[in-house]
Amino acid sequence: MNKPGYYGEWGGAFIPEVLYQTFCELNEAFQKAKADPAFWQEYLSLMSTYSCRPTPLTHAENLSRHFGGAQIFIKREDLNHTGAHKANNVMGQGLLVKRMGKTRVIAETGAGQHGVATATMAAKFGFACTIYMGEEDVQRQRPNVFWMEKLGSTVVPVTSGSKTLKDAINEAFRDWVTRMDDTHYVMGTVCGPHPFPEMVAWFQSIIGREACGQIKQQFGRQPSRVYACVGGGSNAMGIFQGFLDNPAVELVGVEAGGKGLDSGMHASRLAAKDGSPGVAQGYKTMFLQNSDGQMMDTHSVAAGLDYVGVSPILTDLWQQKRVRFSAATDAEVMAALDLTMKKEGIIPALESAHAFVQAFKEAGEMGRDEAIIINMSGRGDKDIFTIAHAFNDPSWKEFIKKKGIEYGA
Amino acid sequence: MELSSQIKTALADPDRKILLMTHIVLGYPSLETNRRVIEQMVANGVDLIEMQIPFSEPMADGPVIVKANQEAIERGITVRRCLDFAREMTATHAIPFLFMTYYNIIFKFGVEEFFREAKEIGIRGFIIPDLPPEEGEDFFAQSRRYGIAAILIYAPTSTPERMRELARYSRGFIYCAARKGVTGKQTDFDASFNDYMRTCRENTDLPLAVGFGISSKEDVDYLTGKADIAVIGTRTIKLVEEQGVAAVGPFIAGLR
Ligand SMILES: Cc1ncc(COP(=O)(O)O)c(C=O)c1O
Repeated sequence: MNKPGYYGEWGGAFIPEVLYQTFCELNEAFQKAKADPAFWQEYLSLMSTYSCRPTPLTHAENLSRHFGGAQIFIKREDLNHTGAHKANNVMGQGLLVKRMGKTRVIAETGAGQHGVATATMAAKFGFACTIYMGEEDVQRQRPNVFWMEKLGSTVVPVTSGSKTLKDAINEAFRDWVTRMDDTHYVMGTVCGPHPFPEMVAWFQSIIGREACGQIKQQFGRQPSRVYACVGGGSNAMGIFQGFLDNPAVELVGVEAGGKGLDSGMHASRLAAKDGSPGVAQGYKTMFLQNSDGQMMDTHSVAAGLDYVGVSPILTDLWQQKRVRFSAATDAEVMAALDLTMKKEGIIPALESAHAFVQAFKEAGEMGRDEAIIINMSGRGDKDIFTIAHAFNDPSWKEFIKKKGIEYGA
Repeated sequence: MELSSQIKTALADPDRKILLMTHIVLGYPSLETNRRVIEQMVANGVDLIEMQIPFSEPMADGPVIVKANQEAIERGITVRRCLDFAREMTATHAIPFLFMTYYNIIFKFGVEEFFREAKEIGIRGFIIPDLPPEEGEDFFAQSRRYGIAAILIYAPTSTPERMRELARYSRGFIYCAARKGVTGKQTDFDASFNDYMRTCRENTDLPLAVGFGISSKEDVDYLTGKADIAVIGTRTIKLVEEQGVAAVGPFIAGLR
């Protein structure tokens, strides 16, 4: 199929008529920017002065020694401004919004990282900003809600549906169909209607471009495998694009295994048997849905992976067997997080820790002369409440109790 | 008779200057309530009924219909039960019934299988807000094959060129969204609305339905002469929630 916006049989733009014209304009503005070398230069310059690009590639020597196999390298997207790869996409779309002359941005957010990144971008560029966030995610990512509000954005808790990421996306679309003239929807991942998957993948490709050069410089060769966690798929597509044209590099996407793939409480659209083709949220992909086509409740300890759909680009690469998919359970994630902190002094986000789990399962069986890269999509600071709770940390609990008393709870 | 001709014939009656179409969310609050509401609607002169098959992600709908979709699903509505209920309605009432739903429901069922069964049931048209003609090759082919009208939507943002393009695919009538946004909120009928209706009329020969925020006799009076069908959606759902099924008949009777 050669239809624009399709990857194999996946993707498309299943949009209501009221947005037709908006998408025509967005497609035109994006294609113009993509074809303009000055736009990418402007983007690079912004990312090296406002964020921390290029982000380092860290050789995790202690972890490599611990597993006794492949040399483990970590691509440090946590060192971006706002602490995750989300900034790459958001700043790029921000430059596009300026070109289009719009004055207001809206976004969905799950973990809150995309929301915080969008809020910083809006503050910097002077846009009004509203962030939609599932009520469940507002609870579990409270620090990010605080920062979004302090940055001047309005955070709207979404109470419909499963009160998570997919519902925040629906609500953002409902805003957009009401106010498309001055508003751009900053989609946070490589999902949704065309051109969003292509656009977000393009901005995130900066991760892979850097990583490809860095590993050559530090290790002398290309890695054997590259691991990334997959929510919607933007950090994975970002790093994979640096290695896609080299068939010797195996690409591994890691989804949320939640309480286990047989438990029905997970968010594994491709690694589990529960996904099936569907059309929702403006695009066609593999969804976790029932036989009637109703979307199911997903579960993950990581809000950013707790989503029913997955990038149409990744679904195509999975179907072609170019990307292998696996899943990490909540319990495995906590163990990998603990080990990474103790061995390397690095705190991955709960989302990112999924990629670490699979890499740790495989590193020991590989040769010492091989390298693997783990894409560390973000830092774990935002997860302090969830992680402290999972570790059942006594001194943290004591602190919260005291704060409660201080606030008259 | 083909749906658009049937609508035009009905409008030839001097007592029917505008037709009324109502919207039902199947399974909300229950099929039994739907049954009694439809009975009252038909008895009080409704001309067409669109039955929404609930979907978990009703992106184009506002809070009232979103909640209705969600609760219907929670209470156990299935596509199968919707189809069986529709079969009963078309057998009981003579007016045209349409299905409104989102594309995934049909896609999962199988596009051709869905058309085949809808034809058997006697459904006259489909309204699918998230399926533009560009994505619906198979759907529009089956619609022509089975003679079930694919009803497309015009929006205030549609250009005249786009309207003509949509009219090439649409059958039965055109559903004009009265304003931007989702279902439910009140619409201001002003000069720009009149311009919009004029542009709609100039760019299709099909009858025009107008929906989104139509809730009173004043609204229906205002639309008379401008549109061919007034669509009442959220208002009757709220009416049943607030005043019960018995309020529907008098409300409908008072609209025209
Ligand atoms: C740190 C982090 N990693 C990963 C994700 C998942 O998104 P994606 O798969 O698009 O990279 C999120 C999303 O919120 C995130 O915050």
